[in-house]
Order: sequence, then structure tokens, then C-alpha cells
Amino acid sequence: MADYDLQSEAGRRDALRRMVTIRAFDEEAGDRFADGEIPGFVHLYIGEEAVGVGTCAALEPDDYIASTHRGHGHCIAKGLDPKYMMAELYGKADGYCNGKGGSMHIADVDEGMLGANGIVGAGPPMATGAALSIDYQDRDQVAVGFLGDGAVAQGQVHEAVNIAATWDLPAIFVIENNHYGEGTPVEKQHNVDTLSDTAQAYDIPGVTVDGMDVTAVEEAVAKARERARAGDGPSIVEAETYRYRGHYEGDEEPYRDDAEIERWKARDPIETFKDRLIDRGELTEDEFDDLQAEVEAEIDAAVEFALEADDPTPEQAYEDMFAEMPPEIDRFATAARTDGGESGGDRR
Amino acid sequence: MTALADTELETETEELTVREAIRQAMREELRRDEDVFLIGEDIGVFGGVLEVTGDLYEEFGPERIKDTPISEAGFMGAATGAAATGTRPVVELMFSDFAGVAMEQIMNQMAKMRYMFGGKAEMPVTVRTTEGGGMGAASQHSGTIHSWIAHFPGLHAVAPGTPAAAKGLTKAAIRSDDPVFVFENKMIYEQKGQVPTDEDFTIPLGEAAVEREGEDVTVVATQRLVGESLQTAEGMADDVDVEVIDPRSLYPLDTETIVESVRKTGRLIVADESPLSYGTHAEIIARVQEEAFFSLDAPIQRVGTPDTHMPFSPPLEQEVLPTGEDVRNAIGRVT
Repeated sequence: MADYDLQSEAGRRDALRRMVTIRAFDEEAGDRFADGEIPGFVHLYIGEEAVGVGTCAALEPDDYIASTHRGHGHCIAKGLDPKYMMAELYGKADGYCNGKGGSMHIADVDEGMLGANGIVGAGPPMATGAALSIDYQDRDQVAVGFLGDGAVAQGQVHEAVNIAATWDLPAIFVIENNHYGEGTPVEKQHNVDTLSDTAQAYDIPGVTVDGMDVTAVEEAVAKARERARAGDGPSIVEAETYRYRGHYEGDEEPYRDDAEIERWKARDPIETFKDRLIDRGELTEDEFDDLQAEVEAEIDAAVEFALEADDPTPEQAYEDMFAEMPPEIDRFATAARTDGGESGGDRR
Repeated sequence: MTALADTELETETEELTVREAIRQAMREELRRDEDVFLIGEDIGVFGGVLEVTGDLYEEFGPERIKDTPISEAGFMGAATGAAATGTRPVVELMFSDFAGVAMEQIMNQMAKMRYMFGGKAEMPVTVRTTEGGGMGAASQHSGTIHSWIAHFPGLHAVAPGTPAAAKGLTKAAIRSDDPVFVFENKMIYEQKGQVPTDEDFTIPLGEAAVEREGEDVTVVATQRLVGESLQTAEGMADDVDVEVIDPRSLYPLDTETIVESVRKTGRLIVADESPLSYGTHAEIIARVQEEAFFSLDAPIQRVGTPDTHMPFSPPLEQEVLPTGEDVRNAIGRVT
């Protein structure tokens, strides 16, 4: 559970560290994926760190977030442990989901993390649902639904925002506009120029902020949280940001050029925030170097942990389908292929 | 196995319709557990388009009987998110055909979250929905889709054929910590029967009921076809002794009760309103041949909807709807 804000020096330093941790985690994940150690797909958050960290800095520890396919940054911003995240990416039993979810489904509901999600636009309905529980039980929390610019075109997002707005639910919808829905530029996916203008359709506040500036994101989300907790309903916060890497690792990126990437890198969220803290006398270059070294050691340890962690047992493939295992699955669970399949011949 | 005659009816009962039984189940569970709320279209003041929620709004009010916008994906998703975060929503999906609008939430979120998250999400959600032809509602309001849901891993599916089953299964669904779909055939809402009054009466998921004992042929029938098969069985009683089983729960399915019966009778008819190909009939038959192939004395018969949509015109609808008469003909072919 993450408890930090940008109002104190320690909080600002914590936020910087989280952004550095996200970047180091994702750089490592990208490298390990390229090496063939991590199976499946990975979608990296590098470049967008200020959005997740700025949002979570504005939240209280037991607030909920519902994430996207590009969820590693949200997890770290929310306070999940890179060690168990990395183990999940490696498909190990010690991962957050016991290796059953992988990069696209890391979750820890008890920590308020309602899951990364492989379906574009699925986070907002989840956030509306969490906000419904909060409202129904009169709890002092809010629920954030992250979505990308591409997801703004999804029908279920409209339905989720409309329900939350109509019922004044304590939800916040954070649009991470990284300017590409997979490989298609944002202007070719929407008729509005500013995605937060969609808020007008629901008669709720909609703001667009600099998503490369952690402070700007935090301020906007803090305001939205205040409104949500006052019982006035949801808000839309659009954060304009950019992903430095492809949609997924291995994306050849024919849809953009290096000059565009470099223009955005010049506004790098970590560099600019670090410089600001140095200007304010809250940080020195040496201290930042130390911070980076500590983070790198933490990520190295996470990889070490993941590599050494056990694989799930074959029986685990049958666990967690239901609270109670039905006989339909139990017949396989009790005869898993623990011997490489030899005993399995008479059960299927 | 639970034989109604042996156990459930020993307790005090009252006569209710299927509609009243479902409403009573919801009323009792709403009273019992504050975390339970209902959510759906026109279920409050309106009382539900087929009047199932009825007067619940008067007792429980708008906080617990939540009328939604016409947003099946939105409220199915909201119910999923709510179930994962500490409440127990009971969704009314007005017609099962509308599942198409909400299927993403059902198949990719509700059904998968617990598993994908390594058990880190609870999903105590109930989805009640209506199925079936017979009232001229045409193709988009008459579908029988329970095979989709029963097929999809991570979801439970129940389909009551009697008022007692309707009450017991609805209560079990609401108390379950897993997603349970309750498929209500709209043509039997007025069907009456004895229902236990005990507020803790539930029917565990995965327990079939032998509704009529017989020696010669087993009819596994669901929903409307339970009553029609029982009538058919009575009508043929001089010639053939028919056993009628209501599986009640489609997933999990009480294979044992069905297999025991087939071992005794050697003959099986499966009667279910879903389309015939690739569905509920096939699953039940597959399980019987796995367990009781050598007990079979005749080819297994299927009674269902030919693979058409439900047509509007009454003569056309009557042409394709499976009935007790079809069950009689199927019995005739194997005895």
C-alpha cells in the first residue's frame, strides 16, 4: 500500500523514487523479454511514469485503481512489490497471481489494485463497480479507472462513466493519452481534439493536464478525489503523455519517427522532476545517483528472486477457478501430469 | 442426489408460483445480508418487465433495488467490480439475448478474475435472466443461451424447472461466492408448486432432483420441459414407466444422479429448449456414455430447438419449440 503525497519533501522524494523504480523495472522487463526469459507479451510504461505516480500520490492507501494492459507502472505507483511483480512476469508460483496472470493481469485486490487488464476499456467499468461498493457501504474511499486514449472509443467506457456520473459515484477516470492507440494516432481515432471534452457529455468536470509533470497530474487527481469524496461524482482527468517504447516489445513502430520520440524525451518526467527537486535544494545529483543505484539493486534482486522462485505445480492449473472446486475440474486436479503426462492417459 | 419426495417436502411448504418463489428468495436474502443488492433495468418501481422483482422496491428502496440506465455492459461490469470489492450484487439481465451486449464483462472479467489473479479476487455475483420462446417475443427476446454460460469456464449455470428449485437455486446462487447465472424460463413463471418455507432452504449447486421415479426410461428435462415431461410420463404410465430428472444445475452438473438412473433404465432422453447442436444435450449425453455406455439399451434421444432462431409468428414458434409431445415421441422411439 502506497502512502505518499507531493506536499512534503519526503513524499516528493518517494514519488521520484517510484518513477525511477517503474523505469528500471520496465527496462529490465524489456531486456529479459528480449532475452526470451519472459513469455507472452509485455507492454512497457517507460515515459508515462508521471501519470501513474501523480495519480497514486493523490490517493489514500486504501483507494482502488483498475489498470490497463500497460499496468506495471500503476502497480509500482500503488505500492506493489517489484519482486512479486517480476516473479509474475516470469510465471512463477511466488508471483502476485501465482503465475496465472502474467504481465497483463497483475493484481492485488487487498492492496486496492483491481488488476491490469488485457481488454482495452475494461478498467472503467471495474472502477465504477468498486465505486458502487464504496458508495453502497458508505466507505471513505475512491476508485480510479485508468484508460488509454484508444479506450475512449470503447462503448463500455461510455457506459461506465455514464453510470458513475448518473449515480454520483466516487470514481475518477484517468485517461493516459500517449497519443497512439496501438499503432494508430489519436487524431485518427476520435472526432474530438481534446479527450477530456467527452466529460461534457456526462456533465462532469474534465481537465487535460501535462502528463509528463507528476505535480500537474497529482493536483488534478487530488481535486477529482475531493469532489468524489464530497459526493459530487466522478471526474475525467486526461494526462498527455508519451510512451518511449512500442505498443508492445517487438513493435517495429512504422507509425512514428525518431524525431517525435526525441521531442517527448526532452520533457522526460523523471529528469524534469529531478531537476525541480535539485533547484529547490531538496536533492543533489549525488543523492539522485545513489537513489538510482538503490533502485537498480532492488530490481536486480527482483529478477534474482523471480529466477530462483519455484514454478507453479501442475495442480495449480486447476486451482482458483471457483471458491469451491466443482467435480468437473477436480477429476483433473487429482490426476495432474506431475510425471510429465504419463499418468494422464486415462483421464482425458 | 436429492429426491424431492424423500427430503425437501418433509419440511413445511406453501404453494407458490415460480415468479413468487424467485421473489421470495430475493426478499429473504436481502433481509438476511445487507451486502446483497439488486441491480438491473426497471426492477424498482416498475417491478421488472416480467414482474419478478415486483414489490421488493417498496420494502428495500432505491439503495438496494437499483434501476440502471439501459447499459448492459456498464451494469454487468459495475456488478463485477462491486463483487470484487466487498458487496454481493444480484443482476437482472432482462432477456438472456441481451447477454451479447454484456458478454465482454461476463467472459473476460467476471469469469476470469479469480483465476487470473491467482485466487486474489472474490466474485460473489448472481445474474438472473429470462430465456425461452412461447410468447411471441421473436428472435431477440426468446433465446435460450444457457449452454454458452455453462460452457464458459468460471461461471455456474442453474435452470430451475419447478417453484421449489427456483427458490432454492436462487438463494444458493446469492449465497455462493462464485458467479452464478440463474436461467428463468419465462413461460413457467405462473407454474405453481409446493415450496419449503424455511428461510435457510437452499439447493446446493450441482444437485439434480428425481422428480418422478420410473424403471423403463430416463428423461433428463430442464425448465419448462420438466413439467411437460412429467405430464407426458403420467399420460404414458400404463405403457411405460418413465423416470424424470431435473438436473436443476447445469454447471456443475450432477452426473451421478443421471448416470445412476440410466444404469437402471438403460434408456435416455435429454429434453432442453436450447438449440440442439453443440450444447447442453451433448454434454449430458457425453457424460452418460463415459460412465454408463454399457448400460444403454437404445440410442440416446435429444429433444430441443432445431438450430433456428425463435420465429415471431405463433404457428412458426410452435413448430420449433420443443414440447412434452416431442418427449413422448422420443420415448416411443426407444421403448
